[in-house]
Amino acid sequence: MTNLIEKLRNHLKTVVVICLALLAVISGLSLLIDSSHAHSWADRYIPFFWSFFGFAAAAAIIGITHVLRRAGIQAPTTFYDRSDATDREEEQ
Amino acid sequence: MTTGFIHPSLILILGALLLPFVQGPLRRPYLFLIPLLTLLVVMVNGTLAGNHGLVTFLDWQLVFGRIDKLTTVFALIMAVIAVLGTLYGLHVDRAGEHIAAWFYVAGSLGVIYSGDYLSLFLFWEMMAFASVFLIWYRRGAQSLRIGYRYLIMHTIGGVILLAGILLRYQAVGDITFDLMDVAHPELYTWLIMIGFGLNAAIVPLHTWLPESYAEATFNGSVFLCAITTKTAVYTLVRGCAGMEILVVIGVIMALYGVVYAVMENDIRKLLAWSIVSQVGYMIAGIGIGTAMAVNGAVAHAVVHILYKSLLFMGAGTVLYMTGKSKFTELGGLYSRMPATFFFTIIGCLSISAAPFFAAYASKSMIINAGFDSHFTWTSWLLMFGATGTFLYNGLKLPYFLFFGTNNCSEETWNRAGDPTWNMMIAMTIGATLCVLAGTAPGFLYAMLPYEAVYNPHTLYHLLETLQLLGFAALAFFLLQKYLEPVDSICLDIDWLYRQAGSAFLWVVNKPLQWFDTVWGEAYRVVGLHSLMVVSRFWSWFDWHAIDGVVDGLARSVRALGGKVRLLQSGQIQMTLFCAFSLAAILLVTFIFFQLL
Repeated sequence: MTNLIEKLRNHLKTVVVICLALLAVISGLSLLIDSSHAHSWADRYIPFFWSFFGFAAAAAIIGITHVLRRAGIQAPTTFYDRSDATDREEEQ
Repeated sequence: MTTGFIHPSLILILGALLLPFVQGPLRRPYLFLIPLLTLLVVMVNGTLAGNHGLVTFLDWQLVFGRIDKLTTVFALIMAVIAVLGTLYGLHVDRAGEHIAAWFYVAGSLGVIYSGDYLSLFLFWEMMAFASVFLIWYRRGAQSLRIGYRYLIMHTIGGVILLAGILLRYQAVGDITFDLMDVAHPELYTWLIMIGFGLNAAIVPLHTWLPESYAEATFNGSVFLCAITTKTAVYTLVRGCAGMEILVVIGVIMALYGVVYAVMENDIRKLLAWSIVSQVGYMIAGIGIGTAMAVNGAVAHAVVHILYKSLLFMGAGTVLYMTGKSKFTELGGLYSRMPATFFFTIIGCLSISAAPFFAAYASKSMIINAGFDSHFTWTSWLLMFGATGTFLYNGLKLPYFLFFGTNNCSEETWNRAGDPTWNMMIAMTIGATLCVLAGTAPGFLYAMLPYEAVYNPHTLYHLLETLQLLGFAALAFFLLQKYLEPVDSICLDIDWLYRQAGSAFLWVVNKPLQWFDTVWGEAYRVVGLHSLMVVSRFWSWFDWHAIDGVVDGLARSVRALGGKVRLLQSGQIQMTLFCAFSLAAILLVTFIFFQLL
């Protein structure tokens, strides 16, 4: 398996092209199948709906987490240790 | 106990108590056989139905063995995890760790088989107090503190649950554990739901989970990831199905867990956040409450235990072999740990609901149930969350752990490798079950509590999933620079708890302490001084006026005391001599007076 991965990594461009082609095929197939199992009008009538949904949802999550990180959710690993140390110093 | 029913918790508890006496070459077979025996007993119990193990206690009837389909499916998966978890940690020599794990599973099985709130509460607390040792046994710099925080939160949850149980008993007059009237919730309904919910890590009562599961021992986390939250899911299915607030809570959990998992740098903490998210799906299913939704919640709980334990085994292997668990200290490990990589990938595909992997058979049941029951926005948001699950667990975890930038130190790199045979077998079994549940879920559906026809293997579902995952992957590779792990922590709601705790300490240490000091000084100067002056006067008056003038009794007692004190020389012989002499005098006096 390791050898296979090495080979794929060595031919990364080809792998990327194959993956993109596969995505196109999957999206194309979605136009041909019976959509009676669709959950709502959106996925029944909008072509490539789940392709858009998947991409948009992933991009939105990446964007939201990026904003939250910058908004102060992300803190140094010593954040609480420093607070504890300050408390101890105050006690002393 | 009723004939035919054997409580599986008994086997684990007795097995745990005997474990320290089983030494040497017998230890490992014993470790494997006890959970296996437990699994067999659960399977045999599955052939029974109704209430067993009835015990009368005071005015109540305790039911230790309520058996139906819901009980059996949860008991089975817990017993399976007891086998897998013990097998995974078979080479761990510390008996205490195995004992804690077995008591933990015994508590879970006890809750699952309980038909009344009293025995449920007993086993509920057993789970909390046994599981904390799986954190403490890590013996890391933070283990003790995190363990205490875990225990405090579970104790609070236990008190809330107990309050609900007592209020319910006062209102209803019995302790039967069954579906509550969720359409007309009383205060006790809310308290019981919150008590159960805290163990299910409902937001904002979830903060105990990520830090404790990330801090547990490498094998302890395999038990932790499976048992507490899913036992709570069982209790919520049993007691609160159809409670609509759970739909909202479930969706919040599903999305909240995704956001934090995407930002996380520690692989085991990422998986712990993922539990919050995935349990959110189950909670939402319970809240929707239809047969399909509850079946979906139960099926998702079962497969979640399978893939999550597999993922924690993979992450535990990385921790066990390298000593590291942060993306910023790992990376590029696929060539050093190919088997671990393979099993972890199966876990990743399973949690991502990739076609023919475990969650493919369960997650869509909950989402479809939402669409069918007009919880349309719930289902859309859960679909959004499902994309996030694939993002952090199907892409971020394997990519930055096994590929990506190699952040390993030379020592880490040299230590990395596939683990011992028992860990490999445990992961093999876990991976096989994940694939089996995804490809042929019939056996899983047959165990679900309601009769419901569902087929996940439709062409529409397949293409929907492939599009969703494929294009999410495209977004990941285009935007991955925004997901690069950073050595940091993410502040959570526990920041508020900690701030509140610090504020409380400040109030106690500063204003309250100051007031106490001022009050004490004022009392000393004003109250105590005056009291002493008055007391001295009355003492003088008593000694000189009353006793001196009237009877002299106090002086006589004092004088006698001074003489008697001389008898207390500290020598035992002298003391015995005095005691026996006194006894003899009393005896002679008594006889003398009897003869008169």
